Amino acid sequence: MISPFSQRRERLMDLKTQRESKAVQRNAAGACAGCGAAVEKQALANAAYVCPHCGRHHTIGAYLRLSLLLDPNSFTELDEHLTAPNVLNFPGYEEKRKALRRSTGLTEAVVTATGAIDGQPVVVAVLDSRFFMGSMGVAVGEKITRAVEHATLHALPLIIFSASGGARMQEGILSLMQMAKTSAALARFSQAGGLYISYLTHPTTGGVTASFASLGDITLAEPGALIGFAGPRVIEQTIGQKLPEGFQRSEYLEEHGFIDQIVPRAAMRETLSLLLRLHGKGDTSYG
Amino acid sequence: MAETPPRTAAQKVALARHSARPGTRDFIDNLFTDFFEQKGDRLGGEDQSVLGGIALYHGRPVTVIGHHKGKNLNENLSCNFGMPNPEGYRKAQRLMRQAEKFSRPIITFVDTPGAYPGLEAEARGQGEAIASTLALMSTLTVPCVSIVTGEGGSGGALALAVANRVLMLENAVYSVLSPEGFASILWKDSSRHEEAAALMRLTADDLLDLKIIDEIIPEPEGGAHTDAEGIYRAVDRSLSAHLARLLKNPDCAEARYRKFRAMGGIVSAGKELL
Repeated sequence: MISPFSQRRERLMDLKTQRESKAVQRNAAGACAGCGAAVEKQALANAAYVCPHCGRHHTIGAYLRLSLLLDPNSFTELDEHLTAPNVLNFPGYEEKRKALRRSTGLTEAVVTATGAIDGQPVVVAVLDSRFFMGSMGVAVGEKITRAVEHATLHALPLIIFSASGGARMQEGILSLMQMAKTSAALARFSQAGGLYISYLTHPTTGGVTASFASLGDITLAEPGALIGFAGPRVIEQTIGQKLPEGFQRSEYLEEHGFIDQIVPRAAMRETLSLLLRLHGKGDTSYG
Repeated sequence: MAETPPRTAAQKVALARHSARPGTRDFIDNLFTDFFEQKGDRLGGEDQSVLGGIALYHGRPVTVIGHHKGKNLNENLSCNFGMPNPEGYRKAQRLMRQAEKFSRPIITFVDTPGAYPGLEAEARGQGEAIASTLALMSTLTVPCVSIVTGEGGSGGALALAVANRVLMLENAVYSVLSPEGFASILWKDSSRHEEAAALMRLTADDLLDLKIIDEIIPEPEGGAHTDAEGIYRAVDRSLSAHLARLLKNPDCAEARYRKFRAMGGIVSAGKELL
C-alpha cells in the first residue's frame, strides 16, 4: 500500500529531480562537453545524461541519481536538514552555503536515504559535486556516519556514490576528523557483517578517496571518472612533469587493481540489484 | 623586562618544521630501550618514511611507529622528507596487527608534511592505504597513544593518529592541509600561507580548544630543539601517565570509537536554514 506520506515524498523528489535535469541540460547547451556533438535534450535525458555519441557520463545531481536507482515510492530521506557550524569563522563561508542551498535545493553535499532496489531494501548516500565540490565537512561526515549506523542497526546493505574534491577546507581540522569518523563507522559495519558497495563517480579525490570511498566490499566506478588521492595539478607540480593520458581515470584504477568493475550508468540499477541478490540468502530450498 | 609576545601560528609552523627538531628516531632512542626495527609491508615494499618496531617502554613491550624525517639532505632523500608512499601505511598496518595479536600498546609519533602526492603513490593506491589504516586503527583493542611532535599534515598524519589519546608538543601543528596548500586551494595563491595559518586553527591551543587533542606538552622557550633532553622528559611524563590510565581501560576500541564519533561538535537540524 502506498501511504499519502510516501506520495508526498515522491512528489518532492520529482520536483528536485526535474530541477536537476534542467541544470544538466543547460550545462550541455545543446552539445556534449565530451565530444562536441549536438545532442537533443530529450535524447540526453532518456540516456540518463550519458552522451549517445561518445559515452561521456555527464555529472548528475543526487536526487536525479536516486530517482534513477530506487523503486518508485520507496525513497525516504534521512537527516535532510542536518548542517554544521562555521567553526573557523571562514570569511564568506556562510553566505556561499546559503547561496548554494538556494541554487541547488540541497542542504549539504550529500543526500542520505533509505529505499529499495527491485524490492530489496537499502541505505544509500549520494554525494553531489554541485555543493562545494562534494567536499566533506562536519555535516557530510555526520550524515554518512548516521547512514552507516542506520544500516548497521537495521542490518541493511549500504551503497555510497562518491563525488568529491576531498575534505572541506573551510571547516579545517574538523573536516579531517570526518575521515576517521566515517572510516571507524564503516569498520564497525563491516565487523557486523554489513555489505558496503562503494560506487565512485567523477570526481572522487582527496580525503574522501582516503576514507569511506576506498573501504567498500565491492568497489564500482562510472566510466572515465577521475579517482585519486592527490589531485593531478598537485602531482604535476611535485614531480615536475605532465601526467600520462588516462592517469587516475576509472580504467587506470581498474588496471591497477582498485576497482571490481567499471559499471556504466545504464547498467547501474541492474548491477546493484544483482549484487544485493548475491549477498542475500539465495534459494534456501537447495542443499 | 618586556615579555616576549606569544608566537603567531605562522611562527609555530616554521618551528614545527625546524630541521634540528627532535624526530621519531630521537624519541625512540631516548624514551625506549631495546628497539627492534621491523621493515617492510610484506607486499613487496619498504618505505623508510615510516619507522616502526618493537621496544620496551619502562620495561613493557610496546609497538612504536612514526613518520621519519631526515636531519640532512641524504637522510631526507632516503626517507622522502617524511612523506609516506602506500607501502609506509601498509607497513604500519602490519605492525598494528602484530601489536593487536601480542597485546602490545601502540605509540605513534606524528611528523609529516603529508602523504606523498606522486604518480607511483597513486598507481599503488595511496587513498586505499590511508583509508584502510584509519579503519584498522579504529578497531584495535590495545591502547593507542599518538604524539604530534612536528607537522601533522593532512590524511597522511591522521592515518597514524586514530588513538585513544592524542598528545601534542606546544609548537607542533596539525591541520587539514599545509597552510600553503590551503591558501592555494582557497585563494589560488600559496604566498598567503601566513594568513592561512592564522585562520586554520592549527596550533596546539586551538586543537585542545576544539577537543581534537587531549593534552599539550610544553616546550622550552626557544622550541623543542633548544633542550632536547628536557622535551624527552616532558613527553615521557605525559606519555607514561596516559598509558598507565589506558592500560586499566578494558575497552579501548569502544572508547576510541566514541572519541572520534563525537568529532565535529554540535550539528543543527533546523528547517530555518532553507
